[in-house]
Amino acid sequence: MDTRNLICISCPLGCPITVTLNGSGEIENVEGYSCPRGEAYARKEVTNPTRIVTSTVRVLGATKGDVMVSCKTKTDVPKGKIFDVIKDINGITVKAPVHIGDVILQNVAGTGVDIVATKEIR
Amino acid sequence: MENYDIVIIGGGPAGLAAAVSAYDVGARSILILERDKKLGGILEQCIHNGFGLHTFKEELTGPEYAQRYIDQVKEREIEYRLNTMVLDISAEKVITAMSRADGLFEIQAGSVVLAMGCRERSRGSLNIPGYRPAGIYTAGTAQRLVNMEGMMPGREVVILGSGDIGLIMARRMTFEGAKVKVVAELLPYSGGLRRNIVQCLDDYGIPLKLSHTVIDIEGKERVEGITIAEVDEKRRPIPGTEEHYTCDTLLLSVGLIPENELSRGMGVKINPVTNGPSVNESLETSIPGVFAAGNVLHVHDLVDFVSEEAASAGKNAAAYVQAGGLEGARHEVPVAVEGGPRYTVPVSIDPSRVPESLTVRFRVGDIIRNHFVSVYFDQDRVLHIKRPIMAPGEMEEVKLKKQFFDERPNLSKITIRVEEK
Amino acid sequence: MYDIVIIGAGVTGCSVAHELSRYNAKVCVVDKEDDVCCGTSKANSAIIHAGFDAAAGSMMAKLNLLGNRMMGDLAEDLDIPFKRNGSLVVCLFEEDRPALQKLYENGLANGVEQLRIVEKEELQSLEPNISPDAVAALYAPTAGIICPFTLTFALAENAYTNGVDFRLNTEVTGLHSAKDCWVLETPSGTIETKYVINAAGVYSDVFHNMVSEKKIHITPRRGDYFLLDKNTGNFAVQTIFPQPSKLGKGVLVSPTIHGNTIVGPTAIDIEDKEGTNTTAAGLDDILIKAGSTVKDLPIRQVITSFAGLRAHEDHHEFVIGEVEDAPGFIDCAGIESPGLTSSPAIGKMVGDLLKEKLSLEPNPNFNGKRKGVLDPQELSKKERAKLIKEHPEYGNIICRCEGISEGELLDAIHRPLGAKSMDGLKRRTRQGTGRCQAGFCTPRAMEILARELHVEQSELTKCGGKSKLIVGKTKESI
Repeated sequence: MDTRNLICISCPLGCPITVTLNGSGEIENVEGYSCPRGEAYARKEVTNPTRIVTSTVRVLGATKGDVMVSCKTKTDVPKGKIFDVIKDINGITVKAPVHIGDVILQNVAGTGVDIVATKEIR
Repeated sequence: MENYDIVIIGGGPAGLAAAVSAYDVGARSILILERDKKLGGILEQCIHNGFGLHTFKEELTGPEYAQRYIDQVKEREIEYRLNTMVLDISAEKVITAMSRADGLFEIQAGSVVLAMGCRERSRGSLNIPGYRPAGIYTAGTAQRLVNMEGMMPGREVVILGSGDIGLIMARRMTFEGAKVKVVAELLPYSGGLRRNIVQCLDDYGIPLKLSHTVIDIEGKERVEGITIAEVDEKRRPIPGTEEHYTCDTLLLSVGLIPENELSRGMGVKINPVTNGPSVNESLETSIPGVFAAGNVLHVHDLVDFVSEEAASAGKNAAAYVQAGGLEGARHEVPVAVEGGPRYTVPVSIDPSRVPESLTVRFRVGDIIRNHFVSVYFDQDRVLHIKRPIMAPGEMEEVKLKKQFFDERPNLSKITIRVEEK
Repeated sequence: MYDIVIIGAGVTGCSVAHELSRYNAKVCVVDKEDDVCCGTSKANSAIIHAGFDAAAGSMMAKLNLLGNRMMGDLAEDLDIPFKRNGSLVVCLFEEDRPALQKLYENGLANGVEQLRIVEKEELQSLEPNISPDAVAALYAPTAGIICPFTLTFALAENAYTNGVDFRLNTEVTGLHSAKDCWVLETPSGTIETKYVINAAGVYSDVFHNMVSEKKIHITPRRGDYFLLDKNTGNFAVQTIFPQPSKLGKGVLVSPTIHGNTIVGPTAIDIEDKEGTNTTAAGLDDILIKAGSTVKDLPIRQVITSFAGLRAHEDHHEFVIGEVEDAPGFIDCAGIESPGLTSSPAIGKMVGDLLKEKLSLEPNPNFNGKRKGVLDPQELSKKERAKLIKEHPEYGNIICRCEGISEGELLDAIHRPLGAKSMDGLKRRTRQGTGRCQAGFCTPRAMEILARELHVEQSELTKCGGKSKLIVGKTKESI
């Protein structure tokens, strides 16, 4: 029996959730969440924790002189791959214009998830 | 001199939401004055996500959230001027501003919405002893350097302050290749959201030391080391608990202060607890026709609440101009606090001007568990809400229904009380 | 070969340089720092003392009085802000009155004008926030406040414009006398000169003792200070002192010329000549002492604290003059308080000495008038609007707290001995000295500085040497 105490990160409430696992690592009980996203987060966090990664990449040719454009993984990626994702992001330079949602990099670090821009740059 | 019905000081989330809401109730003579080269305010550098869960039911990054409002401003063709610094506002609502493009100019405003946001507390105001080398940055300045200018402030970092900006920057610096050695927090609890402790510190093995502060900074030219120590209940360093960290950077996330230089210059009455203007139910300051919203009024945690608050302010500014002054004599029922809240926004409510639902926001001064937030209209308890946990780092709100006011024509006092049962 | 090389580009060295620039002479100022005004001159009380403190008959007394008298005209010629706000030495106990009387008499003996003792009622009308315990005070209307950076820069710029060389980032590592001259050793080679002026501040004993058997000893005496928000600008009217003690003039409370309030200093003797770090004990010490002369000091409105080192010589007296066993080597050593006040007089004294020794002829092109960095906030709205029309950079505010525009930063960078670092910008324009302590303006000022100096932002420093502001661009060395 293994009890894990987590703080849900799905929204700013940060509900404290307790997950109980049995001897074979299977989830027996989840409690403390205030919404379905909390339960889903807790289950995922103890089996296959994931995160959204946000960062910046260099941009060239912006009219107003911006040098960086912000970006994120379109959906969450395995926590263990965060630094591989960051490494791939850091190698990129894009050219203006950039629109929110533009795919900057496909399938970052082999996760199957794209990196998309989160800022408008003219 | 130019004339505008509504002039909004600041094109960040508060200013943008106020402009859109003013427009949507019919105002057309609106001008936003923004000092930066783009709209969006502080959100432009907040590239992390967590914004918009209430407003858009989506989790957005700062720039994405800002863009939703920038798009609305542009769709409505609301006028704005960038690279424009407001120097002064007179009590008669004459705004003096300047920019490279337009030079020094004056605008007569029918109403003003103050949306200037806040600034960060500095090392100097905390009296942290030591040298004054390069490499000491407030977390927000470091955030601007990293996220907008593409500059790396340092490689080995100590952070003082576990507010959200400090936590976010711990992760951000780590992503950019720095080693964040420790986050020290003066209080026995963190001021930031619990989710940020998890996803910014725990995820990266960055230790958080509560009840600790920085007691010395070494390095005459560039930071070379930081000494932290534990503090007692009076927040004084305890001898013998010193820990030394070799590093080249100290980031400070030690408080935000609403920027009310312009407000003070006008003679607006400032609430000493919040350092923002004291406002009534319409978010109107002590000067009729001057409204305030967002971080300039009181420091917020969630931009969604800023947008909500600013939308009220914008709407009321428009109503003020349309009616040549807000309707009804100003009958101010004071809002008092007891048992925990440190302040409320608003500080007074005119029952004749209450909308269907009026939000009162406040913060508690300490962590409070398993208490109730109650609202009393004189001796009547009209709301009694169980709150398992309340913390200074998380703004609270209660919503007062118009009918509460209608049912009590002789109302003399409203009290927001935190009580055990 | 130079006629005169001055070691030290603080207010003393620059004042001597300024005075010497009136003559046809080959003069050079050397300093180990990357800018002028990096030592004691940048971290002091900024007071122009009336001159009642120094022992009657001492050189300090004489030069204090003379410097005080000279300051008005000098400030006008060099376009420096200066105000005679007066000073008060406060007596808190009747039994201390005899000591106050003695101080007054000492002042009279030193030649201080308009000096008088004021009683409680007049004191309270002069200084509304004076402690209610104050029974009397020594009032000196001739005392004043100044900006020590601006004074030093102005002297340096004017000296430079009138032909003095400045070699910064040039540390003098040794010196020896040769036939007919002195030879100074620096990392970039030797400098030969007929005369050496030792204006090296806390290091002046190091240089003196290299050349003379009769040693002097400088103890760095650290002074910690608090600077309070401009909201407190009207708290004190005069510069308020307690009665002096062995360690010095005590913790003062004063308005600054820029509208802040300054509180301090401590007087802590240390060994480290680079020990400009404040300490918790030092800052606490000020808090205890400052409260005594005023009521309700608004100390919570502190925006920053700092420390400077006074060059205290064992005999507590200026050491100015040609060293007996080292002809051609002239000391300006031990220049602790009233050093700032005395600086024009020291300049004149040393200038006159050298004029005689070298039979110097006047420089026909000498122009003693200098224009400071234009402050648009001193203009009328109309004039300011016109300025911005003609020079749009004055319409771009960089430092929001102090209202400093890009125009002023450009002026500070491009004038003689212009700013090359963030501290250099700060001290020439006040950018970054406001309540947010450069939190807002730093990225913007960095951009401008890098652009104007044609360097990468990663090369910018706070104050030269190893004080880089950033370590590089993001995404690089990961």
